[in-house]
Amino acid sequence: MNLDLTLLEVLVVGLGLAVLLIDLWMPAKHRRFLGYGVAAALGGILLLSFGLDARWGQGAFGNMYLLDPLALFFKRFFLMAGILVILLIVEHSDRIPVGLSEYYALTLFALAGMMFAASANDLIMLFVSLELITVTFYILASFERSNSKSLEAGVKYLLLGALSTGFTVFGIALVFGSSGATQFDELARRVPELLDAPLLLVGFLLILSGLGFKIAAAPFQIWAPDVYEGSPAPTTAFLAVGSKAAGFVLIIRLFIGAASELALSWENLWMSLAGLTILVGNLCALPQRNLKRLLGYSSIANAGYLLLGIAAMSSAGSAAVLYYLTGYLFTVIAAMSIICLVLRNLDSEDISGVAGLHQRAPFVAAVLTLSMVSLAGIPPLAGFFGKFMLLKALLEQAGTFSAYYVLLLVAVCGVVMSIYYYFGVIRTIYWGQAAEEAAEISISPAVGIVLGVCALGMLYLGVFPNGLVEAANAAVAGLFL
Amino acid sequence: MSLLTIVILFPLIGAIATALTPRTETALIRAAAAFSTFVSMVLSVVVFVLFEPGTGSYQFVQKTGWVESLGISFHVGVDGINVGLVLMSAIVAFSASLLSKDIKTREKEFYTLLLIMASGVLGAFASLDLFFFYFFHELALVPTFIMIGVWGRGKERGYAAFNITMYLSLGALIALAGLIGVYIQVGIHSFDMIEMQQAVLSNPIRSDVQKTLFPLLLFGFGILVSLWPFHSWAPLGYGAAPTATSMLHAGALKKFGLYGLIRIALPLLPEGAKLWMEILAWLCLGNILYCGLVAMRQKDLNQLIGNSSVAHMGFIFLGIASLSLIGITGAVMVMVAHGLLAALSFGLSGTLYKETQDLTLSRYGGILKQTPFLGSAFLMAMMAACGLPGFANFVGEALVFFGAWSSYPWQTVIACWGGLVIGGVYMLRAIRSLLHGESGEATLSIKDAHGVGERTPYALLLASLLVFGFVPGILVNKIKPEVELILSRFNEDGPVTRLAVETTSNVKHLSAVAEKGTLQAQ
Repeated sequence: MNLDLTLLEVLVVGLGLAVLLIDLWMPAKHRRFLGYGVAAALGGILLLSFGLDARWGQGAFGNMYLLDPLALFFKRFFLMAGILVILLIVEHSDRIPVGLSEYYALTLFALAGMMFAASANDLIMLFVSLELITVTFYILASFERSNSKSLEAGVKYLLLGALSTGFTVFGIALVFGSSGATQFDELARRVPELLDAPLLLVGFLLILSGLGFKIAAAPFQIWAPDVYEGSPAPTTAFLAVGSKAAGFVLIIRLFIGAASELALSWENLWMSLAGLTILVGNLCALPQRNLKRLLGYSSIANAGYLLLGIAAMSSAGSAAVLYYLTGYLFTVIAAMSIICLVLRNLDSEDISGVAGLHQRAPFVAAVLTLSMVSLAGIPPLAGFFGKFMLLKALLEQAGTFSAYYVLLLVAVCGVVMSIYYYFGVIRTIYWGQAAEEAAEISISPAVGIVLGVCALGMLYLGVFPNGLVEAANAAVAGLFL
Repeated sequence: MSLLTIVILFPLIGAIATALTPRTETALIRAAAAFSTFVSMVLSVVVFVLFEPGTGSYQFVQKTGWVESLGISFHVGVDGINVGLVLMSAIVAFSASLLSKDIKTREKEFYTLLLIMASGVLGAFASLDLFFFYFFHELALVPTFIMIGVWGRGKERGYAAFNITMYLSLGALIALAGLIGVYIQVGIHSFDMIEMQQAVLSNPIRSDVQKTLFPLLLFGFGILVSLWPFHSWAPLGYGAAPTATSMLHAGALKKFGLYGLIRIALPLLPEGAKLWMEILAWLCLGNILYCGLVAMRQKDLNQLIGNSSVAHMGFIFLGIASLSLIGITGAVMVMVAHGLLAALSFGLSGTLYKETQDLTLSRYGGILKQTPFLGSAFLMAMMAACGLPGFANFVGEALVFFGAWSSYPWQTVIACWGGLVIGGVYMLRAIRSLLHGESGEATLSIKDAHGVGERTPYALLLASLLVFGFVPGILVNKIKPEVELILSRFNEDGPVTRLAVETTSNVKHLSAVAEKGTLQAQ
């Protein structure tokens, strides 16, 4: 047994427990600053992760848990997201009257769940880590207890989440029943012989539905806009980035790593899933006036773009997914932190809240513009290079299967549509009329760090993509032998 | 670092400088913008003068690895085709920054965006890597959107900003799909244009693939150049844009798609080109005739210039469609000439708008008498647009007609008629109602350009038009050898070779004429 391979998770869980303990002795007015300590500790853990040695096939707990380059890539990704989200909670803390320390601790537990998901090499591990994420998010979504929308979000997430958990567990049972294995290595050996077994196919399909719920892919996307709108902004950011990435790492592990033969025969399924998700997300986002709902639909559309990389079924496609997710991390957290900052005194998240932002706070306006431009996929930002890699991966496969061209057409239409609503936000920022009573915007150190890191991240990844491309290629190298 | 890299990066450095200057220091910001574009222009003149024509290789090259695993490198360099375009863009950028005095609010943001746009334009023309070629072009998209929306004209400017952005994004994405398709088909895992062109020499892309990839590039780039029937964004957008934006966009950025067709689509997809050029030869008549007729009906000066600029794109398309040495050489010549001309026209109309906030033709009249300098500049710009000999436009359009005659006689006849008659009608009408006659109510409030600062941009653009008009050899002799290289790829087919041989002697004659002109000028 290699307990030391799980060092990072152990530290994160320990940190969460420590926060709960410290809470007992800390006066309430200082709890807000606890967040800086938590973020610093996570930063330390992130640094520590660079000292870890990841090799393909290196596992613990009877290989239920893997520490390979793919796992390590995603662990760093989640830690980065965790740091930014914790800082966002510091900014948001005045709207959390009670239980701020629990908010930090639950976020840390969700983070631990995501990090376990990155290492999952067994259906049981997959299920347990997914549940750790989902159950904590039930609470995190309804954390603004006095806000009925937040409660509504929590209940919706609970009901639909429970349904998807049911799907997943039923699927796992069917897969285990027909193949007799839960471990991914074992499945990889047995699935090719069982490609005709209907129960196995149904089982995998049900697991995919459960994961589709996590990444908010159509037709499992119904919950996303409501939950994004109602949840506190830090939760929405973590949900959009962390939960989605966890879903994708599991899809990569299970369908590209373990059941690749099955996934290859599902080409049409992946393509329709991607195409449908892109269309649904973008079409629904067009008339949106609520910024959080807009980001909710945009998150659906982005799940569709990411599915393009899965549909390509190639190492270039998977590397593109990793790259795109990293760009998306900085972009979405930047947007959410600005929504949190600018709309704090307003009852609604209507887009008019950012009207004339350019004159009220030029730096904040510039970062929000960057994040919208990056989401729209325009150079020189991270979102462009991610879309570029996805399109390239897709076109490389189009030679073998011409239906990819149709998918490409759908993706291009989606991107053009998305420019309309993303640029609508830019229009409001630059030539919308600010309301007379618009409050002053003061940038606290926490949100200043978040915005600075996100803006730098978007620009750096867009202009100097080489380092991350190499890292993403290395992280998926062992999946395609 | 190559001189060319400095030409591209200097406006970007200027943009960073203006972004960091406090917003109250407007004079400083303006000076920084003018200085950075000026340096960029001077260096591009140096590049143009030091360029040795006919060496068959790229000059002022810089190549730095960027993303090795995808075969992307930062690779810039000039040959005869883009050396003129880089020069033209730098001149237009400098003039545009001088002609932005009408911007009275949020100057800091305006000049920052303008400089980013200028850098994007220069980078797109200088890039020899497909990725950066596209990257630099898209860099100008967001500045265009914000500039039209914030500093634009009229109530419809929000609509115009969205219209132009959506159209250009659609075109760019279609072209991007085509570019990635070409990259994959060439199959050397490199986005480097030179390496790709060498690779297809020995190992050409399959003919049927070429025929499917070519329309992606043709229509993708075509939308960016306002190819009929995808042109409606251009007059609308230019009518609503602030002066500097329409100068830079209509003058320089719009040539990106044409440059892409010549630089990428023709050499890499010759088989596809042969098939689709026949269609392009008909479509370009839509630009020349339809948009020309639309321009005739306009009552607003900017709409007239916008539509006529779309109509002029038709000549360039016709030159490219001819696939002949003279035709494509002429097309590149028109690209440079039209860039200078469009910038001049939009600069002048912007000066009128600054004083009167209205460009309705019927409210003007007698400008020549009231403001002789502006009036004469207007007169020359409009004569150049009609294709009067002495201006660079004449040389380019004449070459296009000569080149296109043997491939597409019918289209050439129609285009000649459209260009000379329709173009003549609307330009002469505009001259009559703007410049001659009694002073209109709007004319009385305009002031003439005084002093070096105000006259420089007009003088610079006019002088460049005249220099290239009287001594076209300095440009034609640079373009010709490169076009020969591109056309050598069309060799297997009989008629095209014949044309190329036939036309070589004509160009020799023309350049001899041009050289004579140089001697006389000396």
